[in-house]
This record gives sequence, structure tokens and C-alpha cells, in this order.
Amino acid sequence: MAEELTPISNDDVVWMEEPEMGFWESTFLPAIFSGLKNSLRHVTDFKPVTQQYPEEKPDLPLNYRGVHRLNRDDKGRVKCVACMMCSTACPARCIDIVAEEAPKDDPLWADRDKRPKSFVIDELKCIYCGMCEEACPVDSIELTHIYDLTGMTRQEMKFNKEKLLEVFDKTKDNPRDPIRTHRGVLGPASDFTSLPPVGPATQIPQGDKASKPVSTDVIKQG
Amino acid sequence: MPTVYVNDQPVELKPDERLNCIQAAQKAGVEIPHYCWHPSLSVVASCRMCLVEVGDKKPDGTVAMVPKVVPGCQTPVKDGTVIVTNSPKVQAAQRGTLEYLLLNHPLDCPVCDQAGECGLQDFSFKYGRAYSRLAEPKNQKKDKPYIGDQITLFTDRCIMCTRCVRFTREISGTAELQVVSRGSGEEIDIFPGKPCNNKLAGNVVDLCPVGALCSKDFLYEQRVWWLKGKNSVCAGCSTGCSIRVDQNKDVVYRLKPRSNPLAQGEFMCDEGRFGWKYIHSEHRLKFPMQKLPAGITPVSWPQILPALRQALTEAAKRAPEKLAVVLTPFMTVEEAYLLCKFVKSLSPAARLFMTPAPVVGEDDSYPKDLRGQAAPQPKFTIRAEKAPNRAGVELVLQHFGGAVESLDAVLAQVSQGTLEAVYLTAGSPEGWITEEQAKSLAKAKLVIVQDLLDSPALPWATFMLPGTSWAERDGTFVNHAGLAQAIHRGLRSPGDAWPDGRICFELAGRTGIFHAPTIRQEIAGEIPALAALIVGDLGDEGIFLKSAGETASAAGTESQVPVTGGSRS
Repeated sequence: MAEELTPISNDDVVWMEEPEMGFWESTFLPAIFSGLKNSLRHVTDFKPVTQQYPEEKPDLPLNYRGVHRLNRDDKGRVKCVACMMCSTACPARCIDIVAEEAPKDDPLWADRDKRPKSFVIDELKCIYCGMCEEACPVDSIELTHIYDLTGMTRQEMKFNKEKLLEVFDKTKDNPRDPIRTHRGVLGPASDFTSLPPVGPATQIPQGDKASKPVSTDVIKQG
Repeated sequence: MPTVYVNDQPVELKPDERLNCIQAAQKAGVEIPHYCWHPSLSVVASCRMCLVEVGDKKPDGTVAMVPKVVPGCQTPVKDGTVIVTNSPKVQAAQRGTLEYLLLNHPLDCPVCDQAGECGLQDFSFKYGRAYSRLAEPKNQKKDKPYIGDQITLFTDRCIMCTRCVRFTREISGTAELQVVSRGSGEEIDIFPGKPCNNKLAGNVVDLCPVGALCSKDFLYEQRVWWLKGKNSVCAGCSTGCSIRVDQNKDVVYRLKPRSNPLAQGEFMCDEGRFGWKYIHSEHRLKFPMQKLPAGITPVSWPQILPALRQALTEAAKRAPEKLAVVLTPFMTVEEAYLLCKFVKSLSPAARLFMTPAPVVGEDDSYPKDLRGQAAPQPKFTIRAEKAPNRAGVELVLQHFGGAVESLDAVLAQVSQGTLEAVYLTAGSPEGWITEEQAKSLAKAKLVIVQDLLDSPALPWATFMLPGTSWAERDGTFVNHAGLAQAIHRGLRSPGDAWPDGRICFELAGRTGIFHAPTIRQEIAGEIPALAALIVGDLGDEGIFLKSAGETASAAGTESQVPVTGGSRS
């Protein structure tokens, strides 16, 4: 019965005997002294390992995901195009965006169609997974290294557009939160003009490249 | 029986069926991608997306294929036609076409309203190639923010399928839109100073397979993948266009027409399309109220319904012929039935009335000719009767022995004292009663108002029951031609308002929950004229209450034009 239930066949099982204890081992003295040696080493070690937070700030890894920021483009406008990809990707549903048409008569906004009217992230609901950052097509939303976020009310922890832009202004000069890209607008597909045309010009041969990634040369140059 | 072979799959056609390759493939469940072809519009075969291989199966079994790919929309099928939609040759053609269509198409899907329901996105994903070989900058044309009061054009997104142009020429007949320039300079445009503002203009936004023509009303309001749609019927007029109510978090964002050859065809008018704003009016009634000695007080439903039932019972005992229920053509068949049945169970002598449907102007048929006259064979009709269910409520009323009376006539009876207790149902988005008319309610001993919006009748009401708009109800609407279509509850009501069906159901003291298909079957058993409702579930297209021959007479009770109007011809 038991043989039937076990997922391993008996042929695969190797039975082993535990090794015999020698004379010294059976006195347990070597083990006791080795333990004492370890304790003594720590007792005599005066180099501190405790970080004196908050006087001393921790050195976080570069991929740390903290409070969000909304980036500005080179004209100082919010980069966000209100596509709502972040709030679609967000598993905690903590991003709420209301979009509006960019003012056409304002020369500052003339090249933009859509912009966020309000952009609210509930920092308490957020699970800091970074999916919003991944989803953003214009690299507008980013997670910074700010980890010590506190507030007196829940309302205060709902970060609106102004507050998120403030986070950007505060962190942009910090080497740990660099401005990673300057791509502020949705690029036309002709962004790829720097790449050589791939694929043949006319005839589509068997095993068309459309179903495969572009050739290795292109990846090297890109 | 003519047989067509789609990818080796035989499809039987009806002897008189005239289909093109796209439609024949649809019958086989095979999708042939297309942009410019639309079942209601003429064929131009300009987008080249539907290229397929076509051949002919000879009586001896051999197949002779046409040596090149041909546009499926322009190629009629006949007995023995062979259509191949998935050969390498066709796939290469589809990829080539898509690459060409995408040459100058901007990659602004993230800010485009069409993203998520876009033909270019879908077909690029299914049939396209992963990269573009265009090394030159894209041809970027200037946006045209004013095509009409409700329409904006993102010129660079356009793929020149000309569906919108053909719509304004063939369906609305107004021909505002056209193609200007030639070659790569081609653009959709209006004549200077002649915007596209006809009453069907909103349809060009639906027809646009990409995000070029956008509705200003919906622009940037929501991403489409967040919208949850429920099939319903437009309550704007008695044409009863099949529509879908798109809402998110109980806010309606848009109405979209559904294809229904039995009702209106493929389209809907702008009055209906944008005429739903009252659903979110701030004048919506949100809580049931009762006039108590202390004044008008909000009361909960479990308290108000027994009180109301008792008040009605007493009124029926005191003077049954002075108790009246006034139905409106805005209610569903189920609500009218439940209410009539309940009141008649209190006393068979109780009286039933229905206010006539509001009529605004005359039936407006399209296409229009140059002088604005409707063509002899209309393709779309906006009815003058601005209520969705006059025909349905009338049938219920006839069964229970009521009469169609104007509100003035009913109120006159109230002021004469021949009516003491009146149950007024409303639901009209326009005002249904004036201050002057409401004053005559002062004489009544018991006034019950079941309504959607605030009205002058409310100060006189002993009981005020907050009902809901058509988008928040389940039920049946019967259109001008006797087509019964189901409406479905698309969103929750504000505050503590209840769907009218539920109010009538619980007022009648029935147990269980209001379930429209069950009530429909009950109605079918009781009212012979509505016997067709026995199926319960009316499906997406609805069913005619009478067979085709009798339909015209059912529709013609009031000076309505014969049936042919709304449906696609």
C-alpha cells in the first residue's frame, strides 16, 4: 500500500547508515570548544554593525522602489500623456487619472494632444511593485529612493500631480534617482531611422521576419 | 442549395442570398479582415485589407483559382466559389497591406481614444508584421478639431477608408464630408463653413475603424477597456434603436448602436446618442419620501411600501372608481403589467389611463436629397414620437381596460372630484407637468408620484417613489413596428432609487425578486396580444409581437408611418 503511494520507486532509494561516532566525538568536547571559540570571537569584536538610523542613512540598492515621481520634460511640462497605462497595469488600483485635452492655443502645449487633469496615487494602497514604471510609454512615472514616507492623515498620503512633480524636483539632482531618459513625447515610428532598414525591400521570402525578432545586427547597433 | 467553400469548409447559402466573400466567410466563422467595407455602405474596395484567393469549383471537381489575390468585399460568391483566406499568398498580402496602411500612421496609441477597439491594432496584431521598413519621417498632417459640433478629426491617424464620406453621402444624404487632395496628401475634410452637424453625424465616429474621427463628448473621458457594456434599447424615440450602454463605476460614458436588422439597422441618431445626460442629472430623485404630518420626510422602502399599499387599499375600498393609475409610454411592459394587475386586484373598478407619447415635429427620414427632402425609401428614421414604449404600454392598457387620456384630461377629473386618488408614473426626461397643472392635484386625497427627476408635482405628492432611467432597468420596450426588445440594467441607480420594475413588483406584495424574463412569460400567458413574449429571453435582436404580415396594422394605431422605415434596406 505504502509502496504504491510513494512517488519514488524503491529502486531509486539508497539507504544509508549514519557514521559511527569516534572516541573524542562521543565526549562532545571538540564541539563545545569550537562553539565557545565562536562566542569569544564575537565578544572581542568591537567593530559595530548596527546602522545608526536616522542619523545615518542606509545605502539602498539602485533598483530600490520607493515613492513615485512624475517626471517633467525639457520644457518643464509634466511628461505624462494621461494614457492610463499605469493605472491599467496597477495591481493595487491605486492610481486615479482624469485626462483632459491639452490647450491647443497655448504654444507650450501645442505639440501635445492629451494631458492629465488630475493624477492621484494613493501611496498607502500602493504595493511598490513598479508595474506603473514598466507600463509607462513616455517614462513619466518612476519610483524613487524615498522610502521614509510618513503622514498624519490618509488624505495626505494621496499624492496628486503637483506633489508628484515636487518629488521629481526634489530627487532629480540625486545621483541615485537620475533622469533616465529625455523621451518626453510619444515618438513616431520613424524613431527607428537610426536603424538600417531590415528585411528585403520587395519579395517576402519563406519564414518571414515579421514573426521573428529583428536580426542580431540591429540589436547590436540599438 | 448553393455551396461556397471557405478554407475547404463548405457553407450552404440560401438560394436568393447575395453575399460577398467577407459575408460568406463570416457564415463559416472565418474572419476576413476589412476596413473600408461596411454592410450598410457601398463597396469601394480601397483599403485592400480583405484580399483573398478566390477560385471556382467546376462540376467535375477540379478547382480553378484566380491567379492573383482579389478584394473579398468586391467579389460576390456563387455556387462552387472557393475562398482561401489563410494561404501564404494571402498572408503576405495582408502583411503588405498593413505595413502600407501603417506607413504614416502615428504611434500614438497611448493617447488615442480608439486604442483597445481599433481595427488597426487588432489586425496588426493578428495579420501584420512586427516592424516597419519606413526609414523616412512620417507624413504628419494637421489635426482638424472642428469637423462638427460633436466630431473632431485626427488627420494623421486616418487610413482613408472613406467609410465616413460614404455614410454622409448614402445614409444621411447630407454629403458634408469628402476627400480633398490626392495621393499622399489625401485628407478627409468638410466644405469650408459647412460642418458635419446632421442628426446622424455621430455615426461617422463609430464607423471610423481607427481613431481618426473622435467624438468630442467622449474624447479622453475613459479608456475603452474600462467600459462595461450592457445591451439596451435607446429610449429617445419609438424607433427603438438597439444600443449598448457603456459605463464604468456607474457613470455612463457613451451609447453605441448595435447592429439589429429588425430594429434600426446599424446606426443611431445623435439625439439618442447624446440624449442620455439626464441619467446623471442633479435633479434625480434619490430617496423615497412620504408626506407625514411633520412634513415631507424621507422614508425607507420597507416602511413606505406597506404604507402605500395600505393607502391604496383604503382608497380602493372607499371609492374604487375614484382611484386611477396613470401610466406613461416611458415604462416597460413589465412595469405597466405589474402595476395594472396590482391595482385591478385591489378593485376591478379602479381606472387606468395612459398619457400619450410626446410628439415633437414629424418623423425625420434619411437619406436627404439636395433640397433636404427625404428619399422615397428611407434608410433611417428618427420618429416624432419621443417615447420608447407607447405600443407596449398601450397593449397592456387595452387588456386591463384603460384609456389613453392626456394629462390635462386626467387632472380635470381630479379637480372635478371624479378622481380622488391618483398614481402618477412619469420618467420623461423633459418636464411632464407644469406648475399650473400640478395645482389641480391639490384636490386629490392621495397622490403618488413615481418619477425619475424632480417635478412640480412633487409638493402635492403623498408618496414620492424614486424610479430610474431606462439604462438602470430590466424590461421590455415595444417599438413603433411592434418589435419587443429587452433592455438590461447597465448600472446601479443613485442613492436609494429602485428600478421601477422592482418598485411595482414589491408594491404588489410579490415574493422573490423582480426577474424580467419570468414576468414576461407571465404576461404572455395572460395577454394574448403579448403572447410572443413567452420565450422569456428575447435575445439581442428582440422578437416581433405579431408575424410580419400583421405588423403594419399593429404599428399603425396612431398616425405612424409604415414599418419599413428604420430598418436597413
